Amino acid sequence: MSKFQLITKGLVKDNPTFVLLLGMCPTLATTTSAVNGLSMGLATLFVLVLSNMAISAIAPVVPDKVHIPVYIVVIATFVTILQLLMQAYTPDIYVTLGLFIPLIVVNCIVLGRAEAFACKNSVVDSALDGLGVGIGFTVSLTVIGLVREILGSGSAFGWKFLSGDGMLAFVMAPGAFLVLGYLMVLFNKFIAKK
Amino acid sequence: MAVQSNFRNMVLCLTAVCLVCSALLAGVYAMTKDPIDKTNAEILRASIGAVLPEGGELSEAKDAEIGGQASEYYVLMRDGSPAAYAVKSTVVGFGGPLALMVGVTTDGIVYNTSVLSHQETPGLGAKCNTDAKFMGQWQGFDTNSKVLAVTKDGGDVDAITASTITSRAYALAVKNAVDFVRSLAGAAPTDGASGASVPAGAPKNDGGQIDE
Repeated sequence: MSKFQLITKGLVKDNPTFVLLLGMCPTLATTTSAVNGLSMGLATLFVLVLSNMAISAIAPVVPDKVHIPVYIVVIATFVTILQLLMQAYTPDIYVTLGLFIPLIVVNCIVLGRAEAFACKNSVVDSALDGLGVGIGFTVSLTVIGLVREILGSGSAFGWKFLSGDGMLAFVMAPGAFLVLGYLMVLFNKFIAKK
Repeated sequence: MAVQSNFRNMVLCLTAVCLVCSALLAGVYAMTKDPIDKTNAEILRASIGAVLPEGGELSEAKDAEIGGQASEYYVLMRDGSPAAYAVKSTVVGFGGPLALMVGVTTDGIVYNTSVLSHQETPGLGAKCNTDAKFMGQWQGFDTNSKVLAVTKDGGDVDAITASTITSRAYALAVKNAVDFVRSLAGAAPTDGASGASVPAGAPKNDGGQIDE
């Protein structure tokens, strides 16, 4: 597999949100607006790339029976670093995403990539894989957030084109399921089909 | 693939990984501690500054029990005597805790209020943080002549349309703050002082009434 394919497969063929259906908790909960979805995606991307690199570097010397605890400690470390950095430099986004930042530790995508890819491949390939899957996740979350924001608040990326409220159900939890479902249908019909 | 596991290399590996990770975290923590403290202090100062008149000197945080909960307040000193108080007041809203910063002058007039955090319904109760009409009515709200309860309960607070529970909670949070400031000055709580009566149990958020 070429380096370029490593990145693009996370976008389409192995899209974590629309194809693999991983990381549904942050997908449904944080995509109330395009900016929130984008921030959550970038936060996960950061953790994915770094944890993939670290895990592929240490995997050859980690005894088989303790590999899961070791990976989780590594992932949790990067998530905590991210949390501290966000608290210090982007407090607004930190307040909005709140609880979902520490929950990246248990995001299936991160451990999934560590188990399925990083522990068997080189550091560079793992970084590219993390980047690809991370970009796929970010784009998906941003699109879901954008659709929910347009329908629910009558704005896009915080820019309001509609006075008053939109269809509020889309900002609340049921709207997340609806938008995700319909986007998944469209994605599989037009993009993922071979 | 991975190394064959035995007791020695498992212990060694876990210890080494945990040590490196803790060292890394300690380093990042030390690096970000000052910026985090600074950011938090700025957010707090901005929320206090928004609800208090300008001028004078602000005291450090003082602990107090407000509305039955541990909270804190700040005193604005002017010419050696207190001129106004910024009180952090938390009540239960429609969707969860509703935390306000309430600025009250010593003569019982609300200077301004601001929402510190809330979990109200988007588009309905969440308007308590954006609706200009609702937020504007707190500026200069004179608790000596007006009653701190929504008009539905016989008070003088105009509720947000379709969000009576949030509005009630907001009014209650302000009332708790005002009562606290009055108790500091040794005066009676708002109900008695204003001479008007609030229907018993009315400001309670019993959750049974779903009008939001």
